[in-house]
Amino acid sequence: MSSATMKLDRREFLKGAAAGATGLVIGFYLPNRLEARAAAAAAPFAPNAWIRIGTDDTVTLVIDKSEMGQGVVTSLSMLIAEELECDWKKIRTVFAPAAKEYANPIFGMQGTGGSTSVRGMWTPLRKAGAQAREMLIAAAAQKWAVNKAVCRAEDSVVTHAQTKERLSYGSLAEAAGKLPVPSDVKLKDPKQFRIVGKEMKRLDSADKTCGRTKFGIDVRQPGMLHAVVARCPVIGGKVASFNADKAKAVRGVKHAVQISSGVAVVADNTWSAMQGRDALEIKWEEGPNASLTSAAIRKMLEEGASKPGGAVARKEGDVTAGFASAAKKIEAVYQAPFLAHATMEPMNCAAHVRSDGCDVWAPTQFQGVNQMTAAKIAGLKPEQVNIHTTYLGGGFGRRAEQDFVIEAVEIAQAVGVPVQVTWSREDDMQHDFYRPASYSRFEAGLDAEGWPVAWSNRIACPSIMSRFFPGSVKNGLDESSVEGAADLPYAIPNIFVDYQLTETGIPVGFWRSVGHSQNAFFSECFLDELAAASGKDPYEFRRRLLQKAPRHLGVLELAATKAGWGEALPAERYRGIAVLSSFGSYVAEVAEVSVDKKNGEVRVHRVVCAVDCGRTVNPLTIEAQMQSGIVFGLTAALKGAITINKGRVEQGNFDDYQMLRVAEMPKIEVHIVPSDQPSSGIGEPGTPPIAPAVCNAIFAATKKRIRRLPIRPEELA
Amino acid sequence: MAIQFMLNGKAQSVDVDPQMPLLWVLRDTLNLTGTKFGCGMALCGACTVHIDGEATRSCITPVSEVAGKKVTTIEGLSADMSHPVQKAWIELDVPQCGYCQSGQIMSAAALLEKNPRPTDAEVDDAMSGNICRCGTYQRIREAIRRAAQMRAAPPRQKASPEKQAKKPGETAAMTPDEPAAVGAAAGGAE
Repeated sequence: MSSATMKLDRREFLKGAAAGATGLVIGFYLPNRLEARAAAAAAPFAPNAWIRIGTDDTVTLVIDKSEMGQGVVTSLSMLIAEELECDWKKIRTVFAPAAKEYANPIFGMQGTGGSTSVRGMWTPLRKAGAQAREMLIAAAAQKWAVNKAVCRAEDSVVTHAQTKERLSYGSLAEAAGKLPVPSDVKLKDPKQFRIVGKEMKRLDSADKTCGRTKFGIDVRQPGMLHAVVARCPVIGGKVASFNADKAKAVRGVKHAVQISSGVAVVADNTWSAMQGRDALEIKWEEGPNASLTSAAIRKMLEEGASKPGGAVARKEGDVTAGFASAAKKIEAVYQAPFLAHATMEPMNCAAHVRSDGCDVWAPTQFQGVNQMTAAKIAGLKPEQVNIHTTYLGGGFGRRAEQDFVIEAVEIAQAVGVPVQVTWSREDDMQHDFYRPASYSRFEAGLDAEGWPVAWSNRIACPSIMSRFFPGSVKNGLDESSVEGAADLPYAIPNIFVDYQLTETGIPVGFWRSVGHSQNAFFSECFLDELAAASGKDPYEFRRRLLQKAPRHLGVLELAATKAGWGEALPAERYRGIAVLSSFGSYVAEVAEVSVDKKNGEVRVHRVVCAVDCGRTVNPLTIEAQMQSGIVFGLTAALKGAITINKGRVEQGNFDDYQMLRVAEMPKIEVHIVPSDQPSSGIGEPGTPPIAPAVCNAIFAATKKRIRRLPIRPEELA
Repeated sequence: MAIQFMLNGKAQSVDVDPQMPLLWVLRDTLNLTGTKFGCGMALCGACTVHIDGEATRSCITPVSEVAGKKVTTIEGLSADMSHPVQKAWIELDVPQCGYCQSGQIMSAAALLEKNPRPTDAEVDDAMSGNICRCGTYQRIREAIRRAAQMRAAPPRQKASPEKQAKKPGETAAMTPDEPAAVGAAAGGAE
């Protein structure tokens, strides 16, 4: 099964899963009629859900994806503007309310994730732009009483081709608003693109450079109070009893209320709420995780990967026969830890619950579910809940969860005024939905010439989907747990991959690039082991095995060429390479690394990245997202581990869960493969290849294999 | 007892717990939300402001410590985004999510004030207290170099970069029916 087919299958799978999960899903399709109508009424010309043009020439574009840094405010605006032929400088953007028309076409509910924004909106937004353009042209033709064919739209002006008369979009807005919306419009030939494919500067940079951008944590409402929540330090634990007398004595504290996740302290500012929380006396019921440790979890996963009868994720040929014919057998075990998201903006949400409605202001990736969740808690209909999406100070999958929204709505309901709940860094670190810890057992057989003839990979890890979309887990197979493993692209005649769904008691969630984040490390490092065992160059080894995977091969060769693979390096520097397809895109990365012989410290000097993401929308954004994804993956490879003791997360802040800092930043070069294939994801695909590229370079430097992340310098000294 | 200090060039008086960190006074008491909360322990730099010109982490600075001092926040760095660091940031398309950028910019501005031509190592050193989870470091380094150039050779007249830059508020972060109060808070910065 090619990785492309697999992705398609999974998309369909998700759609099907969503359609099957009754109660929840109905909500995704419930329009928020009032808000959508209000939005539409705000401008005289609102031909569809995404475009509003005022008589003053302002073009307001409704962005229905969450901006978390990945650049959707700009890239989605580019798709509309390309067809709308509007003046780029006159564009304003607003975020969409929760409403049916903004459902993500790839997963059937309103939300941002899976690197789907451009992929899903490529056609709908271009069509929306073209519709509006045709209506403005028709309005001008009507005014001039001429055929539409003599009218041309450009830079927010319709021009009469013969008389050279000009009418601005603003002056045409009212007339265009009265015309029927054409259902069938012709889209531009990509050869005519003037915006798509060009280096366009971000629309949100200026506000983000003067502190004016409003993130969720910046929401301020009249009479709003600030809350923090004391949650059980043991994951899964609950409040047994509490005494808030001392908390209420803290200056500024107004309320202390029990909610489903713990005890909320509500005050007139965040600091007072935190002081109040410190003064709470709470007895916890620690629950079943009270004695859980990382060592116990590792044992569960190890046992899982050793058990027969896992869910088969891929079976090609006959591995048993393959091993029987092999001249050499290689075995290895790889492990990856739990990881926190650590968005720079900690979790937060504001809400105001009234008897007849509810407002939720949230830095969220999942408006559709937020609306349902808030409605259920507040005892309202979904259409009575307004979801106001703010800018997100990072998302990485964390903000697809509901916990922060649930807390805000529960507290707001209890106190009757607008409330903002803010998580401290420790709250955020210790109550995350973590990237699953994973255990991967490999066996491979090589023939007499050193080419692989059998590949067996048994994976054990907790399942994200069995909580998030239970309907999508069939026969014990969570595809997100094996992505980047089951879709191994190499020409190996006998392949077997299976999966043991192993729950550990630690909640897991989507973390930038999801299963690829650990499976790319496993597969691409083990493949490197095979190359080494057969005495072949790791680049040439991959090249030969990718002859029938042209897009993998394309990025592999481009990255290797630009990196000067095989050419001399400065003293003590070594290269490693890795390639992976994820979210429809193909990325190869070459890392240049040195390892300090005395203390084992790893330094990554340079990363050369080649990406094939189909047709390019904004090269500046692609470059930024590759850099971003690489830093995210490199941070995890060098530093990231969430560990558990007595059911508690041991890390709390950036001192013990460290981030890559500027001095450790490698020079990253990004090369884009020209393509006219459909545009594919860029928010996540940069992340997976970096850990294996770096670990493979470490092997080149030290002959030591990193099989357990994060990289531990003490093992390299 | 009220605590008095200069905030973005104007006299400011607040009557709060003197132990309250300056960060929360700015954000919750004065609704000046450009300065960000990231860690509460001076580990990430998102809360960086200038106190008498020194880049300072406001999350661990009790407000009582700024009595009588000059505090500058991102909102007060320039009235019209004309500060070289802001201009360079826009020119080089630095921000991604943008959450850490107030702190990054305040650290960079303080660096260039003291050291107009920092070496690469000095840039890394001065910026090491600021975490960016989006990994914008490469463009941050380039933008600091660019800002240093702009400072060294300022344009003869007020030239194009800031004219091309969007005016404040032009990209609204608000949902269509956001109450005016939020917009007012946004505009109340200077």
